[in-house]
Amino acid sequence: MAGVSLEAQGATPDDLLTDAAGRAAGRGRRIVDGVGWGLGYLALVAIAGPVVWVLAGVFARALPHWQWKVLWTTGAAGTGGLLNEIVGSLLLLLGVAILAGAVGLGTGIYLAEYSKGRLGGFLRTASEVLAGIPSIVLGYVGYIAFVVTFHWSFSLLAGLITLTLMGIPYTAKSTELALRQVPTGYREGADALGMPAMHALRHITLRTALPGIATGLLVALALSLGETAPLLYTAGFTSSLPSLQLTHAPVAYLTYAVWTFYNQPSPQAVDLSYDAAVILVVLLLIILVVSRLVVGRSQRYSETGGR
Amino acid sequence: MSAEPPVGGSTLQEEPPLPALHSGRGGGSGPVARLLPRVTGGIAFVPLVGLAFIVGVLLVEALPALRYNGWHFFTHTDFSLGNSYGGIVTSDGVKHPQGADYGILGWIVGTVLSTAIAAVIAVPVSVFAALVIVFKLPRRLSTGIGFVLELLAGIPSVVIGLWGALTLGPFLAAHVYPAISAVVGGTPSRQGLLTSGLVLAMMIVPIVAATTRDLFRTVPSLQRDGATALGLTDWEVVRAVTLPWVSSGIVGAAVLGIARALGETMAVAMVSGVILSGSPSSLFAPITTIAATIVTQLDSALTDSSGFAVRSLAEAALVLAVITLLVNVLARLLVRRVAATGLPVGRGV
Repeated sequence: MAGVSLEAQGATPDDLLTDAAGRAAGRGRRIVDGVGWGLGYLALVAIAGPVVWVLAGVFARALPHWQWKVLWTTGAAGTGGLLNEIVGSLLLLLGVAILAGAVGLGTGIYLAEYSKGRLGGFLRTASEVLAGIPSIVLGYVGYIAFVVTFHWSFSLLAGLITLTLMGIPYTAKSTELALRQVPTGYREGADALGMPAMHALRHITLRTALPGIATGLLVALALSLGETAPLLYTAGFTSSLPSLQLTHAPVAYLTYAVWTFYNQPSPQAVDLSYDAAVILVVLLLIILVVSRLVVGRSQRYSETGGR
Repeated sequence: MSAEPPVGGSTLQEEPPLPALHSGRGGGSGPVARLLPRVTGGIAFVPLVGLAFIVGVLLVEALPALRYNGWHFFTHTDFSLGNSYGGIVTSDGVKHPQGADYGILGWIVGTVLSTAIAAVIAVPVSVFAALVIVFKLPRRLSTGIGFVLELLAGIPSVVIGLWGALTLGPFLAAHVYPAISAVVGGTPSRQGLLTSGLVLAMMIVPIVAATTRDLFRTVPSLQRDGATALGLTDWEVVRAVTLPWVSSGIVGAAVLGIARALGETMAVAMVSGVILSGSPSSLFAPITTIAATIVTQLDSALTDSSGFAVRSLAEAALVLAVITLLVNVLARLLVRRVAATGLPVGRGV
């Protein structure tokens, strides 16, 4: 494939000379070209290969023993089903969607529409720095602050706030970027028509930015779904369904099952670990596909073809 | 490219506010319009408050440990919890179990070495792959590869850890490591430094590859076409024009990946062997990292009634936070200088 363009474009004055040395030099360059791009394709395989291997490996270990009833039975200590973990994970995701979604929306609107000068840059930097904090550090702080100091014990609220802190930079960032990508003409048009600011924000700016905002929220949800470290010492674990109590009642979640059961001696526990991994991957795929659909929509609406 | 959800890294530092909404004309209709700037302004402080809260809690919790452990904390590899039956003693006003002596040098060495292995593998692979994605693949295929990168970035850390511990590790120990150990020595084992480095490499590929891909897309085609017209082969164009154009951005992308690897927790905890004392003697020796140690040791630290073990872990968390923060800031400065794209999924994602 590299050769085609070479033939078409690669003729230097040297190549046009008919002496053998010139032709040899050209061949050398062609070989380097082939090797370079060959390594590129190899690198692509080196990236895609392990992804396929992980997915195939996890599914291959889970499917032979797969029983649908893990989806609707609760269980503990590596026996029974995963209903408590599934419901707990979905509950946490719902909470993150509401909290990180709301805070991200507010922050993004402020940074894109209202902030002036230094303060905006400062708040933006704070959000980026927050995004750089390792999730285990968040989990540790959540444990010290919420579980120990505030005496909430392992609870929904402790896990939720910790996860939300992790998700906010992503939702805030995507909201701000999406609002900034709304074509200036839309705002000016709304202004020229004498549209009240709130009306313009609701019906023009936010509506146009909605796909971008939704994508950021989906990223935050995908991250939250896969996190373990921030939850281990904040949400705890329970073998029963989560009560809707905010504090003093632990919540189970899917990643806990993978992490806790994978090296237990009982084969049933290891099976459950793989089951939980498969459910996590399926949920992740759903989130990714939805986010792809949303991005496709946004590209259709934006004037710049999604750039 | 908006195909990659923008995350974390910003390229907008001192952007002016957008027109219209705050123009004063047309606004001011009703209390909501007047309150909105204040309400959203208040909300915009949440990330800052959260950050201050995190740093504050870590500092308060770690201060006594900082005082007692001193520089010794960083200079030796023995991790001794002390004698939990020997009673609690107080030195320098800090309660701790008798004989407690924490040295996290081994954790730091493990963190740095596993991250270095990951970077050495992941960065070249990502750059080569990004070149093919941008300059060779048809649009449809490169979108597909983009999906693969998002998927890899999104696979939960514990799932990669599960695969690393029960599939990859045993496979490597049986089929690959014997050949390597014949050259560099050491006893092949499933869990350890090299396995951790390989798993980490996999986990930082999405962020490095997607960032370099977006960087390559910013190289103006005029310059590349000019080089082609001068008779350079496609690969020579890459060497002479494309790579130099974004070189500091590539360094930034690599550092971004390194920041991610430093803080990676669950997968490393599952494939590193988590050994608390000592430093790795071979490529296959069990190691631990700061993040992996915190997540695996908090349980047992809670049994220290003086609370000193928990405080020392807070100090380790503080060290990790400071290291990753510095690395992140460095990366963002480097990437920002050249790129005008949002950064792709990364971190714990």
